[in-house]
Amino acid sequence: MGVFGQNEMLFLLQGLKWTLLLSAIGFIGGGIFGLVIALARTSGRSALRKTAAGYISVFQGTPLLMQLFVVYYGIALLGVSIEAWMAVAIAFTLHASAFLGEIWRGGIQAIPRGQTEAANALGLHYISRMKDVVLPQALKVSLPATVGFLVQLIKGTSLAAIVGFIELARAGQIVSNQTYRPLLIFGIVGAIYFIICWPLSLYGARLENRMAKAAR
Amino acid sequence: MNYVLDFSVVFEKMPDLLMAALATIGLALAGMSLALVIGVIGVAARTSNVRPLRAAVIAFVEVVRNTPFLVQIFFIFFALPMMGIRLNPTATAIVALAINGGAYAIEIIRGGVDSIHKGQVEAGLALGLHKAQVFRLIVLKPALRAIYPSLTSQFIMLTLTTSVCTSIAAYELTSVAQIIESDTFRSFEVYFTITLMYLGISWMMMGLFALISRHFFSYPVR
Repeated sequence: MGVFGQNEMLFLLQGLKWTLLLSAIGFIGGGIFGLVIALARTSGRSALRKTAAGYISVFQGTPLLMQLFVVYYGIALLGVSIEAWMAVAIAFTLHASAFLGEIWRGGIQAIPRGQTEAANALGLHYISRMKDVVLPQALKVSLPATVGFLVQLIKGTSLAAIVGFIELARAGQIVSNQTYRPLLIFGIVGAIYFIICWPLSLYGARLENRMAKAAR
Repeated sequence: MNYVLDFSVVFEKMPDLLMAALATIGLALAGMSLALVIGVIGVAARTSNVRPLRAAVIAFVEVVRNTPFLVQIFFIFFALPMMGIRLNPTATAIVALAINGGAYAIEIIRGGVDSIHKGQVEAGLALGLHKAQVFRLIVLKPALRAIYPSLTSQFIMLTLTTSVCTSIAAYELTSVAQIIESDTFRSFEVYFTITLMYLGISWMMMGLFALISRHFFSYPVR
């Protein structure tokens, strides 16, 4: 049996850095595109609505792993040479935009119609109506689900390991192969994910409880 | 340097892929059924009077829900043999899916049980219904109806998660696709095709779940 020492731990933490980076890129990029998807999904034009609905249902109906594979090899086919981490980041961004778009669509539709009508009556145009009236309320309503999805996304970045990208889970696999201590290594790796995800989950649950109480 | 898409190799292997798709559905169904069993037992333990038991269920749910499935399946893959349990990769995958799905099922079912007010049970008994009738009509059916949407969407998620079982070389769609890919080097074509197959599987399941719901749960509540 090999030893699990400082170097191995350092290697895991290097992987953790990529896990956090991929999660951040996916969440921010997915947030930006997700907003576009949510707005398209709730727009007055039926072509936009249908396109957004199709986009969401394809990403929610296929495994994240397949999305990674198709984007990863698809970009290579286009003849563009980009680094592996960028291809993976693009896949996570597309994935997150579909899920966040659907969550925020729910938030936008939860805002009573009267709000939109009042904004119209006040002469606000679309951008101001969305930016100043609907979205602030919609995002607040959707916050628990958004935090819940962030946890899903952080866990989901582990699938980049199957494409061969060295983030936390893949780093764990490599160290496990070197030290022949799979239970110890995957226990540590699992614990690291848990330490990141659990506080977020608790925060999301607390937000949800608070809102449920306020609604009563 | 222009790449020409060539799906012919994928069509040649279509029988293999269809068999593997069936295996994926089987894996998902086995995982779901066991997850439901774990869910019901877990909720019973979660509401028991034995405190350590309650704490153990809570810890189980939180640990499973806050760690990636990939790490769970690796851990189980190596942990089972150490406990003297020797299973093939596919059986190991079913165990991992059941444990993962079970944790989510516990949370969902608990929510359904909580949604039934005690007063309704008392009202049912006061109306002279038998205890079994009260359970079936007043507790079970409304609770099932309340949790049905979240439970079925969790099942779809579990079905999509089966693709991760390729990491321990279980027999399912993704692992078969990976073998075909390494034989033919037609990566994009292979993965694009099976992505469509997954889409077909999940849409089929959604349709089936909607049909079941219309049949069993379409009665007025108010």
